[in-house]
Amino acid sequence: MKISVRNSAPRRATGELMGVALLALLILIVLPLGLDGFRLNMVGKYLTYAFVALGLVLCWGSAGILSLGQGIFFGLGGYCMAMFLKLEASSPEATKIQSTPGIPDFMDWNQLTELPWFWEPFHSLPFTLLAVVAVPSLLAFIVGLAMFKRRVGGVYFAIITQAFAAILTILIVGQQGYTGGINGITDLRTLNGWDIRTDGAKQVLYFVNAALLIGAVLLCLFVRHSKLGRILVALRDKEDRVRFSGYDVANFKIFVFCFAAALSAVGGAMFTLQVGFMSPSFVGIVPSIEMVIYCAVGGRLSLLGAVYGTLLVNWAKTLLSESFPELWLFAMGALFIGVVMVFPNGLAGLYQQYVAPRLARLFPRAVPRVGEVIPPPTAAE
Amino acid sequence: MFEGYTLAELGSIFAMQGFAGLILFSVFVLMALGLAIIFGQMGVINMAHGEFMILGAYVTYLCSTLVSEYLPALFPVYFFIAMALAFVASGLLGMLVEWGMIRFLYKRPLDTLLATWGLSLILQQIYRSVFGAREVGVVLPDWLMGSVAVTDTIEVPINGLFVMGLTMIITLVIYTVMFRSRWGMGVRAVMQNRVMAGAVGINTERVDRLTFGLGCGIAGVAGSAFTMVGSTGPTSGQLYIVDTFLVVVFGGAQSLIGTIASAFTISQAQSTMEFFLSGSTAKVLTLLTVVAILMLRPQGLFVLKVRR
Amino acid sequence: MSSDKTRGGLKSQFRRNLLLGMAALPALSLLPRGALAQATSAVNTTNLAVTDSTVKVGILHSTTGTMAISETGSVEAEKLAIKQINDMGGVLGRKIEVIQEDGASDWPTFAEKSRKLLVEDKVAAVFGCWTSASRKAVLPVFEQYNGMLYYPTFYEGLEQSKNVIYTGQEATQQILAGLDWVSKEKGAKSFFLIGSDYIWPRTSNKIARKHIEKNGQKVVGEEYFPLGHTQFNSVINKIKLTKPDVIYASVVGGSNVAFYKQLKAAGINLSKQTLMTISVTEDEMLGIGGENIAGAYACMKYFQSLDNPNNKAFVEAFKAMWGADSVIGDVTQAAYLGPWLWKATVEKAGSFDVDKIAAASDGIEFKGAPEGYVRIHPNHHLWSKTRVGRARMDGQFDVVFETADLIEPDPFPKGYQ
Repeated sequence: MKISVRNSAPRRATGELMGVALLALLILIVLPLGLDGFRLNMVGKYLTYAFVALGLVLCWGSAGILSLGQGIFFGLGGYCMAMFLKLEASSPEATKIQSTPGIPDFMDWNQLTELPWFWEPFHSLPFTLLAVVAVPSLLAFIVGLAMFKRRVGGVYFAIITQAFAAILTILIVGQQGYTGGINGITDLRTLNGWDIRTDGAKQVLYFVNAALLIGAVLLCLFVRHSKLGRILVALRDKEDRVRFSGYDVANFKIFVFCFAAALSAVGGAMFTLQVGFMSPSFVGIVPSIEMVIYCAVGGRLSLLGAVYGTLLVNWAKTLLSESFPELWLFAMGALFIGVVMVFPNGLAGLYQQYVAPRLARLFPRAVPRVGEVIPPPTAAE
Repeated sequence: MFEGYTLAELGSIFAMQGFAGLILFSVFVLMALGLAIIFGQMGVINMAHGEFMILGAYVTYLCSTLVSEYLPALFPVYFFIAMALAFVASGLLGMLVEWGMIRFLYKRPLDTLLATWGLSLILQQIYRSVFGAREVGVVLPDWLMGSVAVTDTIEVPINGLFVMGLTMIITLVIYTVMFRSRWGMGVRAVMQNRVMAGAVGINTERVDRLTFGLGCGIAGVAGSAFTMVGSTGPTSGQLYIVDTFLVVVFGGAQSLIGTIASAFTISQAQSTMEFFLSGSTAKVLTLLTVVAILMLRPQGLFVLKVRR
Repeated sequence: MSSDKTRGGLKSQFRRNLLLGMAALPALSLLPRGALAQATSAVNTTNLAVTDSTVKVGILHSTTGTMAISETGSVEAEKLAIKQINDMGGVLGRKIEVIQEDGASDWPTFAEKSRKLLVEDKVAAVFGCWTSASRKAVLPVFEQYNGMLYYPTFYEGLEQSKNVIYTGQEATQQILAGLDWVSKEKGAKSFFLIGSDYIWPRTSNKIARKHIEKNGQKVVGEEYFPLGHTQFNSVINKIKLTKPDVIYASVVGGSNVAFYKQLKAAGINLSKQTLMTISVTEDEMLGIGGENIAGAYACMKYFQSLDNPNNKAFVEAFKAMWGADSVIGDVTQAAYLGPWLWKATVEKAGSFDVDKIAAASDGIEFKGAPEGYVRIHPNHHLWSKTRVGRARMDGQFDVVFETADLIEPDPFPKGYQ
């Protein structure tokens, strides 16, 4: 793939901002106008996965760290939010048929008679919002510190994160008195007294989610254009040279891993709010790998591509599983293989290669560029 | 938990427990050997490893139905035929996959991971379409089921012995092939320095294909053997994949001895803990310990020292 | 729809129709007097997908993913019941049209699809869900959009909803009678509880433990393994060490196969060692293999081998529609009850409206049930008998015990929580 970066930096930034504006137009105006409430809610759910994909673009595309455990962070964020909502739904009045009123129903079924200590702080919304970001980031920090300081990378990192996803799933399922087990935390109703189940609330949540996503894209763009972003690309391609230049490579990796974790967690929290429950099935290995494919389909190097990729894959999944359930796994499998073998830079790559040049001929002035594509060198040593 | 038992009873329980650990060890080695060759020697992450195993299991299932239908006289020994066929089937599929997919991706290990994951999804759906979503029951010859009474109180499952024997044989064969044969030398040469190996006249493409096929073939044999202890369904392969990778990584990816040592450590830890704690807790503790050790010693237990 | 073709393919159209008609005979008694088509505006005041000649219902099960193994039978049973009802003239003179959705063994997908069925398709009722997790995921959706769900699986209880009819047994119904039987028949004094690690086995074992201890017997071990676990040698050694009179198993899925194969290989002979399972139906037997589990006792409400005219007709009709090789487990039969109970309720209420159905459900009977007579309790569970079957080599059960009376469903059992 030969894509030279000819344009000057300010021009490129304008192009990217136009791309973001187009995306905003699509998810804030076109989709809400074109879809009914039910489908819009589904798109809202997909967009929460896009947070994970954005994080992966930075982590995997820019810095070359493939995490197969992003579901952990998505799940932790979602669980933090779900704990708050569950406590609110388990007021003593609402749960008076239980043997211990005032605690979540699943705890009562598991003979817990008082709220475990780590649930207590989740009575507070500010704490919860903080925890949504802080808990996953902290875990990412610990994992990152242990791994990157010892220069574990590449394949090993991928497999170890995968093991973490497996461990966390088993833990959540096994400790059902504290976590709701395999059923997850269900039947969530209100956020600070505001009923999140109504159609109106779902619409509001959609827009909050979409706005947050646009914000996240902008933040990622900023990170990428900062000096930090360029160091990330440098260490992906020639880690040793960056290290010899005096940078502490591990710190940069830890940062970007934590950043991706925090983004995923925000997605998870928004997921809980929009779908109304959280369960261990988003934490495990399979969802984590699926999230990687959203990013890969969009183009692992392109932030906007990741969002479109997420939308496309999920839309295809819903469509296919409604009409041809048997075909779905074939299609998904073919997508994995195709995206790796045929178009490794995903949608964004296709756009760059085929659409952008034509657009440039048509409108020589204003062409939005979908992300800045600096492909990794194909030959590693 | 040991009140009220005689010393002899306790002794035999511990003997059987030790044996349970050995069986688990053999299962781990069998699962991991194929992957150790593919991942350790070739650097390819084969996420479809479990599906290659299940292919072997389905071949065994087909054999058992066909043999009991048409050649009932051969039924007691069909298992050996089934294992050979499983090796061939998985091996051939492996070579096909290498030819069609993997060989383009040697320089992008993370991408092999995604592509083989896609392959595993496709294989699962194929199994589901062909054999149905339900698990299939593989009927075993009587002599494979049941146990040998060593003493009055110690009983040893025969299928466990069978798996152990099989593991030993396969390990020996692989050791001979990889470290004592000319071909094995070629494989190791290609893995250490592809360009140089090519320059001295080794057909690297052929070596790659055969190595990948060998790894997959062993997976097929493992799958065939696991019909004795586990289930055979379209998604059964996924159950094994995390354990298998951890065994290989924990052992140090490029060392076959390491794989065996790590399988031993993990299996003993798990089976001991399972005995004293509850099953789920034991599993989590085992995985956590492995991950913790990997964080302290990311290169795994054994490292092959190569100058790069 | 391919469902209309016989998989067996040998039986003639005439014979099939005859069989289906015969199977439906017992249900004729349910026909209300003069169930002629009433005006749609009268029977459907809540804008459901009901026309003068049709009514839409949903089937929501996993046809892909890990749960497809278990849920296929339920889909088949529901389609059979619906076909039989249509052959008899439908519900309130309207033919049932099925919209089938795939939950893909994924709980949010279940929630998403149930919302689609209720909001977009406006189905009058949904037959579906299998795992507790999928039911928990869709329950708020059904309550929010006021849908009607017929849920077929035996489950852990601790739930009751206006919008759900539970056609399987809740835990106390299934467990207590079986424990009493095994204590009396086998003189059991000590039990070893082993299950997969999730809510149903844990809740069931909690109830079992309380009951065992109430009776002055002892639980000598309680173990859980992650779903999909395949190595049971250590726990089998523990069983050998503790020498329980009864192994009480609620292991599910692929683990089941591994567990029974390894039990047999370890020399535990199920004709000498009593094992009672609450999770192995005829469906699971296919994967485990009869030779590995023969002699074990299973405790549930239905076995394919039940000897009564309803069941004979049902089994024959099922095989005619889905192939002579099909097996029918407890849940499959419970799924078959769903459409019939819904039809009876609609006809009693004289309306498709969910509120009226929910209110009319209390006391609805189904005399044509393959398991025998069932009746809906005010708490929306079914009165049913509990039976103990002994596993045979050929994958069927010999029914060795059945309770004399229907057992009252008690989803929130006092003293067992």
